[in-house]
Formats: sequence, structure tokens, C-alpha cells
Amino acid sequence: MRNPQLNANGALTHLLTLEGLPADVIRNILDTADPFVSIGEREVKKVPLLRGKAVFNLFFENSTRTRTTFEIAAKRLSADVINLNIGASSTSKGETLLDTIDNLVAMDADIFVVRHSQSGAPHLIAQHLCGQGRSHVHVVNAGDGRHAHPTQGLLDLYTIRHYKKDFHNLTVAIVGDVLHSRVARSLIHGLTTLGTPEVRVIGTRTLMPSHVEAMGVRVFTDMREGLRGCDVVVMLRLQSERMKGALLPSAGEFFKNYGLTQDKLALAKPDAIVMHPGPMNRGVEIDSPVADGERAVILPQVTFGIAVRMAVMSMIASAA
Amino acid sequence: MTTQLPDAEATLVALAERMRGAVAYEAAFVGIYSGGAWLAERLPALVPGDHPVGFIDVSFYRDDYATAGLKGGSRRTSLPFNVDGATIVLVDDVLFTGRSVRAAINELFDFGRPARIELAVLIDRGGRELPIEPTYCGARLTVAQDLSIVLSRDDDRLKLDVQKA
Repeated sequence: MRNPQLNANGALTHLLTLEGLPADVIRNILDTADPFVSIGEREVKKVPLLRGKAVFNLFFENSTRTRTTFEIAAKRLSADVINLNIGASSTSKGETLLDTIDNLVAMDADIFVVRHSQSGAPHLIAQHLCGQGRSHVHVVNAGDGRHAHPTQGLLDLYTIRHYKKDFHNLTVAIVGDVLHSRVARSLIHGLTTLGTPEVRVIGTRTLMPSHVEAMGVRVFTDMREGLRGCDVVVMLRLQSERMKGALLPSAGEFFKNYGLTQDKLALAKPDAIVMHPGPMNRGVEIDSPVADGERAVILPQVTFGIAVRMAVMSMIASAA
Repeated sequence: MTTQLPDAEATLVALAERMRGAVAYEAAFVGIYSGGAWLAERLPALVPGDHPVGFIDVSFYRDDYATAGLKGGSRRTSLPFNVDGATIVLVDDVLFTGRSVRAAINELFDFGRPARIELAVLIDRGGRELPIEPTYCGARLTVAQDLSIVLSRDDDRLKLDVQKA
């Protein structure tokens, strides 16, 4: 069976997940993102690649950073961007997801950027478009349920490659609420595909997916032990809003065990970088001196995110 | 039929000869990736003056993007001088339809307002689809429409070849 993200010529036509995406496609996206970074440094931050194309931002779930960076990325490519506030629109009047999509296709949408609380929603849309013979309309997953957040995974990979050059001798630790984190899943798939020899996940068992080891990671419940010798430390946000029931005693208790402090960071390599997908909870998963310290690359991650999203949108729009 | 191609190194010298004395003393040489970039690197040694060198990647400005797509690994445009008020010589290896040059001119204007833009090409093979002509040209030749002329570089030595497009 063909990868639903690739067309008959092996070109990227949708971006739904990093799982199963060939390494050369991932590398190609990162390479393509590179020149887009410099466009952000120019006086006229715009190139005409997507002129006349319509990008629909379909956010069925709240987001500021991801929606804004997708919007900036599309605008720097000269696309027309339409932001739909789904919560206040047709879905709340009972329209189904696919009916919404058909209506937007009738408005000549070219790219859908979709965030949804249900895992698999972007895949369903891509499948539907394909079934309708609308292979010229493309889907980018901007986060679905606990499943995947591929552009975040790609910008994390871009950031790691920017600072560490190569994946082949790295130890990367992903710390915190892995259970609810689509960011963690996407990053783990990306790192293993690109040949990272050691990917660790650190956290309490109650916030760890069952059988997480099957993804090719080493599990640590002791943060100090897990951080030892790491090149990259990725902190995850504690997603309290997704927690039903007692997974944690308290945020204070979590910080004590799994919050990143200067003291704990000292166990990683001296040149280790600290990443966070945002939004950060200071004093919950990360201490302010670390978040504002010289080893944090959290704000460069945001800037690189624009370039990576420009690369993805321009590649899928040109898939031939 | 094999097309007889001129020697690339000799043609570069011929091009520099035409530019000498004609080109502004402080003109910047901006090469279009990848062939034009190699030429732009070589020209300051052959043309007297104080010539800053820049590079331009026109991938994001091409008009055949919708059909040809984006080639991965585009290189960064780098113009290490002030474009406003500058005299710029765009440098390319082969001038054919003129579309790359059109894209390069558009991109230059996103960096500022040059005082003057000129065009230097190693080979002019005719077949223009836009009203664009070289200011300086190394050699003119005619080849069949379905062939492309390709400049390659091996150990700093430039070489011209013909390929089926």
C-alpha cells in the first residue's frame, strides 16, 4: 500500500504524520526550509511561490502559536489565508466535518491546515479528498488528538540539526507528559527515522503511554539518571486540560520530580540545548532561570517553525 | 549530429574581455545558482575594479513553479552589499528563454532599488520568450530546442556539455 502522504511519484502531497515518512523526504523538507529562514531576515519578507493559492486554517481546537506561524508562513509565500473559527461556526450548528470540507473545496481551497482534538481527522479529510478525485487539494496536520503534530516534529528536528549538525551521535531526552503529547510522538518518529542512536523518555509511569518502548526509546522514571550525558533536552508541557482523573498528585510535586532546573540540567552535557514546544508553564515543567538561560533555544524554535511550515506548504503545493 | 561547443574557460576569458573597461568600477557581480555563481566567483580576478560578489537563488521566483515544483536543497540568496543604488551585473551561464533572469530581477527588487542592472552570460543560445538581452556575452550559438547546454565544474575548471532536456 502506498503511503497516503506521497503521490504516485513519491512526492509529498499531504503531511499527516512523521511515522513511516521516508528519511529522504524528511531530509528534503529540512533542506528546503533552510533558505526560507533567510527570507525572515530580509526587508521584504515575501516570495511569490503560492501566489493565488488559498490556505484555509481549520482549527477545531485552540492554538495561538501554531495557527499564527502557519498564517505567517502562508503569507510569506504570498498565499491568501482564511482563518476559520470553527468553534463559532457550522460545526456547532451540526454540520459534519466532511460537509464542512466539501463546502470549503467549493470555495476553491488549495491547502487545509487542520487541527483537531480527534486523532486521525486530517487523515480522514485527505482520504475523502482523494476519494472525490480532488488530489490537487492538500492537507497539513497541525496537531490531531494525541496522535501527531508533524510540523512541530519537523521544526524540532530542524532546531536540533541547526545546533548539533548531525543526528548520528546524539542522545536526546524528552521529558514530562509523554502520554498526552503528540509533539513527543512526532519527534520520536522523526529522530529514529533519521538514525538518532539514543532517544530517551523521562517521566512518571502514569504519564507514559503503555508500550512506549516499542517506539524505540529508553524509559527513565528518574529524571537525574535520564538526563546524564544528553545533548538535547526537550521539555513537554504538562497538559492538565487533557487529564481526566488522578494522574498526578500536584503541579508542585511534578516540578520537584520532573521540572527542569539548572541543577538537573548540569547533569546533561555542558553544551546541551533545551527545547520546549510552548506554551511553557514556568515553575511546572521548567524553571525560569533555565527557560531564560543561554542554553534554551525555545524562541529560535518558533522562528524556525515558520521556515519549516513554508517548506512543507510550498512542497505539497508543487507536488507533481 | 553532435553540437560543437566552445571551451568554457576560453569563453569566460572572452566574456571578461568584453566587460573590461565597459563595466562600472564598483559594479557588484551577482551569480545565478549554480553555473552563474561559479562564473561570478571567477570574474573579479579577470575584470579590473572593486567588485563585490553575491549569489542569487531564483527557485522561489520562477514562473514554472506550479509545473516544475520546488527542488529540495535550494541555496540561500546572499547579497553582501547594499542593493539600494548599486550597479549590479547579473551573471548566468546560459541565456535561453530569459525566464531565470526575469525571476532574478524580481528577487533583486525585493532587496532594494538598484541604480542599474546589467546582464553577463557565458553562452547566448537564442530562443528568448521575454524581451531580455545580455549586456555582455561570451559566445553565441544555436542548438536544437530539445537540447540543454549544461555548465559543470571540476576542480575549478569549467566545462560545457550538451544534454537531452
